[in-house]
Amino acid sequence: MPIQSVPALRGARLPGSRLAWIGQAFLGVLATLVLIILVRNLIHDPALFAQIVLSGLQLGFVYALIALGYTMVYGIVKLINFAHGDVFMVGAFVSFYAVTRFQLHVWPATVFPGLPYAFVVVIGPATVMLLSMLVCMALAVTIERVAYKPLRDAPRIAALITAIGVSFFLEFFGALSFVFSPRFIPYQRPFEVVTWYIKDGVHLVGSTQPPEGSITFSNIFLIVVGASILTQVLLQFLVRRTKIGKAMRAVSFDKAAARLMGINVDQVISFTFAVGAAFAGLGGVLYAIAYSMIWSQLGILPGLKAFVAAVLGGIGSIPGAFVGALIMGQAEALTMGYISTPMRDAVAFTILIVVLLVRPTGIFGEPEKEKA
Amino acid sequence: MDLNVGFLFISVLKIAALIAWIYGLLWALGQESLAAKIVAVVGAFGIIQLAISVPVGGAPLVSDFDSGLLFQACTMAMVALGLNLIYGFNGQFSLGQWGFYGIGAYTAADITFRWTNGDAKGLLVVGSVVVLGAAAIFGVYKFLRRYTGVPVLSAFTLYLVGCGVAGVLAVAIGRLGQAVLKPGFGTATSPGVLASPIVLQIVFFLSVLLAGAFAAGVGFLFGLPVLSLGSDYFGIATLGFTIVVNTLMINSDTILPFPEMKGGRGMIGIPKLTTWFWAFLFLVAIIVVMRNLIHSSTGRTILSVREDETAAKVMGIDVAANKLLSFVVGSLFAGIGGGVYAHFIGFLSPGTFDFLVGFNPLIIVVFGGLGSMTGTLAASFGWIFFLEGLLRVILGQLGTEAPTWRFVLYPIALLLLMLLRPKGLLGTVEWGFLRSPMHRRKASPLPPEAAVESGK
Amino acid sequence: MSDAATDRTVLRIQALTKFFGGLRAVSDLDLTIGPGELAGLIGPNGAGKTTVFNMISGLYVPSGGSILFQGIDLAGMEPFEVTRLGIGRTFQNIRLFANLSVLDNVRIAYHPHAGYGMLDGVLRTARFHEKERDLTERAREFLAIFRLEKIQDELACNLPYGEQRRVEIARALASSPRLLLLDEPAAGMNPAEIVTLMELIHFIRDQFKLTILLIEHQMRVVMGICEQITVMDFGQVIARGTPKEIQTNPQVIEAYLGKGAAHAA
Repeated sequence: MPIQSVPALRGARLPGSRLAWIGQAFLGVLATLVLIILVRNLIHDPALFAQIVLSGLQLGFVYALIALGYTMVYGIVKLINFAHGDVFMVGAFVSFYAVTRFQLHVWPATVFPGLPYAFVVVIGPATVMLLSMLVCMALAVTIERVAYKPLRDAPRIAALITAIGVSFFLEFFGALSFVFSPRFIPYQRPFEVVTWYIKDGVHLVGSTQPPEGSITFSNIFLIVVGASILTQVLLQFLVRRTKIGKAMRAVSFDKAAARLMGINVDQVISFTFAVGAAFAGLGGVLYAIAYSMIWSQLGILPGLKAFVAAVLGGIGSIPGAFVGALIMGQAEALTMGYISTPMRDAVAFTILIVVLLVRPTGIFGEPEKEKA
Repeated sequence: MDLNVGFLFISVLKIAALIAWIYGLLWALGQESLAAKIVAVVGAFGIIQLAISVPVGGAPLVSDFDSGLLFQACTMAMVALGLNLIYGFNGQFSLGQWGFYGIGAYTAADITFRWTNGDAKGLLVVGSVVVLGAAAIFGVYKFLRRYTGVPVLSAFTLYLVGCGVAGVLAVAIGRLGQAVLKPGFGTATSPGVLASPIVLQIVFFLSVLLAGAFAAGVGFLFGLPVLSLGSDYFGIATLGFTIVVNTLMINSDTILPFPEMKGGRGMIGIPKLTTWFWAFLFLVAIIVVMRNLIHSSTGRTILSVREDETAAKVMGIDVAANKLLSFVVGSLFAGIGGGVYAHFIGFLSPGTFDFLVGFNPLIIVVFGGLGSMTGTLAASFGWIFFLEGLLRVILGQLGTEAPTWRFVLYPIALLLLMLLRPKGLLGTVEWGFLRSPMHRRKASPLPPEAAVESGK
Repeated sequence: MSDAATDRTVLRIQALTKFFGGLRAVSDLDLTIGPGELAGLIGPNGAGKTTVFNMISGLYVPSGGSILFQGIDLAGMEPFEVTRLGIGRTFQNIRLFANLSVLDNVRIAYHPHAGYGMLDGVLRTARFHEKERDLTERAREFLAIFRLEKIQDELACNLPYGEQRRVEIARALASSPRLLLLDEPAAGMNPAEIVTLMELIHFIRDQFKLTILLIEHQMRVVMGICEQITVMDFGQVIARGTPKEIQTNPQVIEAYLGKGAAHAA
């Protein structure tokens, strides 16, 4: 567009705020359409709607675990850690090998044969999850030290490209046959699945099909929600009540000042990566348990969607990541249920674009102020 | 493992020859006289055309496989140059080029595919939507200029509605036009005028241009609201764009009304009309346009926005319009590249336009040097020939896992590059024609005496 | 309230206010500058001076009040529109186009009046060649006025600090402003450079028939060249007057040195 010069601009132009209604109307129309579709579906078959909402919740809680890592890392080093989704994938694989090769999920029974079943079924899988978390923490800290730290003062694009490179590396190195192989691997769950259905009260699903119009859920759902909420609570405690949490917040406000205050910035950053990766690893295990298929590129799309969730909630904000993830989970489930499965990715990213247009700082985000 | 050393040697020679060819073309084009420039272009075209067509000792110097790589390199260069404009020169980190590449490819393919099947609707609809859409955009622009400080969302809505109306009209024109033109195609046994090869060539040329313009239009609509976001968010939004476009491709026969595109199964039957002539023509045109743009006042403003947006604003530059301009021109280039690509390969599959592959142009641009057109050119050709050509063959001889190993080696190479030479191979250096007309040179910091002297 | 035809002031700011969330950065500021004046805006750090500049330039939108430039209301204008009306400015932290040459930095100032459009550039029409040559000539001559022509091809980031300041001022002037806003032009300069700067400011005011408003902490500069000084603290005007009046004003002393210092002065 040729840039015109200015003789006509003598304050004789109309205020653009008069046209603000156009944009609002557009959004209003879109929102109404979406609402109408949702309400129609709800009325038509409430049980199905509720079932979809439940599956959306399950997905959302898993995304929340991944999204936390993104938001924490971005908050502290302003880096979009593309490799985070692949750490999630590694978590899933570690648990897979732990279960299939080493029978880790039943180790209490092997070591203490007389132990009651209840203990085994809790401690065993918990150990598997813990192991995944630990491996992912180690992996993330290694990546941070090797790939990101040297580029901390380089232009942001260098770190970003490196993050992309690390992501590719993990995916394709994992696809080599002596590592995870490029195949889709069916996942073996570390515990038995128990399903209940809700209709006139909660009942166990036995050998018969649950009746029409009932809503089913499983212990997987309970575990996912429980683990996710537990980690959220722990994280809040960590960030608000501990010294290291305070240090994390300080470094994310002003790295240089934090260093001058005697905070070991490198350690704090590594710690942040580690915590984020631990959650991602747990998310990986839960995702695999829930959706029972793993492969080396497992982490790409959930990773991106979790990232969208973090942006939606306000990147850098921990409660925001949680809320954003729940919304993303719902949107995806609703799309899968009512539109079609292939469209769910498009919907996720359309949400991203709409959020960026309407409220770029996200739900809980704070606008960035530039000093002239 | 039997690596043919001769093959290796010849391959390296070919790559070196290519780089020399690029250098020669740029050097000759950079000469003052118009005659020299013409000779440069014709000569560069001719050398390779001869190598393709004329057999030397039984086979042409440039085999079919090689010429395939050549076309791929040309189209990749077009996309990468567009990205360099948006990101290297204007400073906006975009991951959307691959989406525009895909839009360009499918649009151009649809036009010619339909034409060869006696359907002029593709050409008519796209042509009309480009013309009418441009008119609509212009009209809305004129209207909005009477206001100051219009909220972006409102402006976007108006442009969207305008283009929507243009689209509806274009479809109507397409239907009408097709009814009128149908007889011109004749039948399979007695083809009419419209089915003749010459007309097909014209349609092909138009399809590439129109596909580029259409991609640019989409770039305008998408860029308008999204460029006002900060750099990181803009990058993510463009990534989202590429993914959404890819999803639409997979669903092109279900959600979108294009059964001939066959959704996820891929579109086949695209006439293979890309020849070295066309690929070269479009590439040189893009190089010249980009170079002329960069070395002009508008180009300087593009660079200034990269350097410091606030200072640019205060120097009287409409930064929002500037960013949008770069983005639209960049998507134009990508769209044209897509059109040329579609007609070289003859079929399109959504997997080619997956966002993971879309990181390639970014890597190429960074590798060649952000802010160096020459670097982008050389890196594009180098990437395709070295990595896709040479390395794939070498690793292929090492076993079936070779394709995967490539993606393991790329990131390592990339990491090393970022650590050792983040400015890219050529930094901001340009060759010949692409150099600034004033031969701007980079100097080391002045010694203190000189500073005091010029400060008086 | 005078209208454009009769208002002879260059800048008339009335009741200017700016809130950032709950923080009141600028509060009820009045300021008037006549043609050819050299005015100063001083105050302790955080007083809101640069915020005022940003509102004049159009980088921030005022929360209240009005800014009239030669009688024209700047409300709602984009920064580039404000510049094209005739206001130039420099920044506290030098904002040159670092990887561009000095010449290019200045040539960008001429862009709105380049005389040719983007299409001319792409197609390399005769008009492009002619106007580009003119533009470059003008830029070179302009640099010569500031004796910067020897370094015209240097990248801005390679220049010593004092020279970068001169280039920034030259660049701001290249857009032919009527009002020039200088934000701490003497920052980081040694006494010899400050003397040169003061001469430069006088020179450009006379040569280019400018009105200048300057923010500065170096009292030598302020007291040495400003004809009218406005003092801010916590977003408000606390004093206004000639250098002599300001120097002896107890409130000003208190603002800078704290309570009790006024008695000691």
